Amino acid sequence: MADLMTYRDAVAEGLAREMRRDPAVVCLGEDIGAAGGVFKTTVGLLDEFGPDRVRDTPISEQAIVGMAMGAAMTGIRPVAEIMFSDFLACCWDYLANEIPKMRYMTGGQVTVPLVVRTANGGGLGFGAQHSQAVENWALAVPGLKIVAPSTPADVVGLLASAVRSDDPVVFFEHKGLFASRGEAAPEGHVVPLGEAAIARPGTDITVVALAATVPIALAAAEELAAGGVSAEVIDLRCLVPLDMATVLASVGRTSRLLIVEENPYQGGWGGTVASIVADEGFELLDAPPRRVAAECVPLPFADALEDEVIPTTAKVTAALRALLDY
Amino acid sequence: MTATMEAPELLRCYEQMAVIRGTEKAVHDLFLAGLVKGTTHLAAGHEAVAVGASAALRPDDYVFATYRGHHHAMARGATPAECLAELMSKATGVCKAKGGSMHLTKASAGMLGSYAIVGAHLPLAAGAAWSARLRGTSQVAVAFFGDGATNIGAFHEALNLASVWSLPVLFICENNLYMEYTPIGSVTAADHPAADRAASYRLPSEVIDGNDVVVVADAVGRAAERARAGHGPTVLEAQTYRHFGHSRTDPASYRPADEVAEWLSRDPLDVASRRLAEAGVAQADISAAADRAAETVAAAVAQAKAADGADPAQALTDVWADGGHQWRT
Repeated sequence: MADLMTYRDAVAEGLAREMRRDPAVVCLGEDIGAAGGVFKTTVGLLDEFGPDRVRDTPISEQAIVGMAMGAAMTGIRPVAEIMFSDFLACCWDYLANEIPKMRYMTGGQVTVPLVVRTANGGGLGFGAQHSQAVENWALAVPGLKIVAPSTPADVVGLLASAVRSDDPVVFFEHKGLFASRGEAAPEGHVVPLGEAAIARPGTDITVVALAATVPIALAAAEELAAGGVSAEVIDLRCLVPLDMATVLASVGRTSRLLIVEENPYQGGWGGTVASIVADEGFELLDAPPRRVAAECVPLPFADALEDEVIPTTAKVTAALRALLDY
Repeated sequence: MTATMEAPELLRCYEQMAVIRGTEKAVHDLFLAGLVKGTTHLAAGHEAVAVGASAALRPDDYVFATYRGHHHAMARGATPAECLAELMSKATGVCKAKGGSMHLTKASAGMLGSYAIVGAHLPLAAGAAWSARLRGTSQVAVAFFGDGATNIGAFHEALNLASVWSLPVLFICENNLYMEYTPIGSVTAADHPAADRAASYRLPSEVIDGNDVVVVADAVGRAAERARAGHGPTVLEAQTYRHFGHSRTDPASYRPADEVAEWLSRDPLDVASRRLAEAGVAQADISAAADRAAETVAAAVAQAKAADGADPAQALTDVWADGGHQWRT
């Protein structure tokens, strides 16, 4: 049996591999040093790489991401941690106005090779200001690459590509997946940005998912398999670059599409996927593209309430059955 | 301490300030002629801050400026022609006409951008200083900003962290007394909006005459020396004054006439000219420098006017490092 690794440990492993490979890679963020990160995703880095390359910061999100940008413009490859993705709002100027625009508005003079890592998503009862899935915020900004892995091996492989990218990358780690286990990444594992994975092959319906909605989609597909339905689950892995070629090819085989996203339906990334399929794959479809997304409300605290808002296996299973019956 | 500068260097600074002044006036005229669009935030009156600082910095030091940044771009080595071409939407613009007046950048000269979100670039300068330390280069980074930037969070976050990490960064405020249309004193709980805040972050500060290029060069030189020696950041507050309004549409009628007259009597070009005369430089040599500056500006205007317009194909380049803009397969 292959070695198993947690998603949480994969983050530290992926960072350590890149820091060993390239002395220009440095990390900064709140509590990432001696504390090893509030989610324990940077454990061991301070001991191995020392305080010059693993730096604790004050609670100053603008300084964290702004300093990462200034360092990235001048020969360093910083990996900045924003503890909860909700806090991206505190430094959104840098993600919306500074980092993604610098190369363009200088006519290509400036390169900003940085990664902003952040713990994203709900399901853990952290309430409305620590639970949001905000990958759609980043998708609204041209000039950012967006990664959201679902497995430990993908965490390592996509982190390698993100750190090596000369473009800025927002790397969403899902809080609900930190404790999950999967196959460990082999040495030198690199997953290119913008290549979706077929997490489960199937022939009857396509399910497009991202990060924590991948295991939900897989569980739903498993339930349907008992009834003889073969659902194909695509793990997008990245929102930019967006691998629509894989999605369209799958829809060409199955003729049905369900998108499962944790961000709100209102402005969620599934709307972009659905619009491209409607535009470029209209003739492939035997049913309307549908989305299971979060309700358009702030995230509630209690489990019983949160389950009403974000995607669950039961909701996905029901949506799949409805689409198959269409 | 009496600030000093050798006469040949002072004459060079005088000519460079005259080029910047002439270029800013040309921008004003070109705007009225319909050849510059959007808006402009002219730096006429602020020339000594940029030219004095640049004279004291190393060529490989980093400069980050604001949307009122034409003077910094030119002081660091952007040519008047490529700046004017940028403002006139020409293909030869310093940013290929993709940035415009508020984003002049000359990365090859260490001029790493003009930023139009107030205060955003202070953390960037701190980051560049951190990078210099990590790479062991002894470079310093400089953030120039207006008085208005001292009331935004990024200013305070940058000063705090730069101090804690003792970074080789200079924070230089160009205090021109007005936050856009509002007197800075009426919205700030400090007499000197930048310098008075420095002590809160255990940083040294100086309030200096920003209209005297020699004073600026001297203060920046000392601060840069401290930074390179590992003694951390310095906050400088250079007192200066705009000769135009905040932006193109602002006639600055809110400024009292006697205040304007007083500041115009301390025009940085006149201050430098008087210093040159005191240093024994002949009036004919000072006039010759002014004439050369006027010729430089006239040639730059002609060159920018004659350049081709921006290539529409450039709209879809330079998003990604591969030069393109593809976001999906």
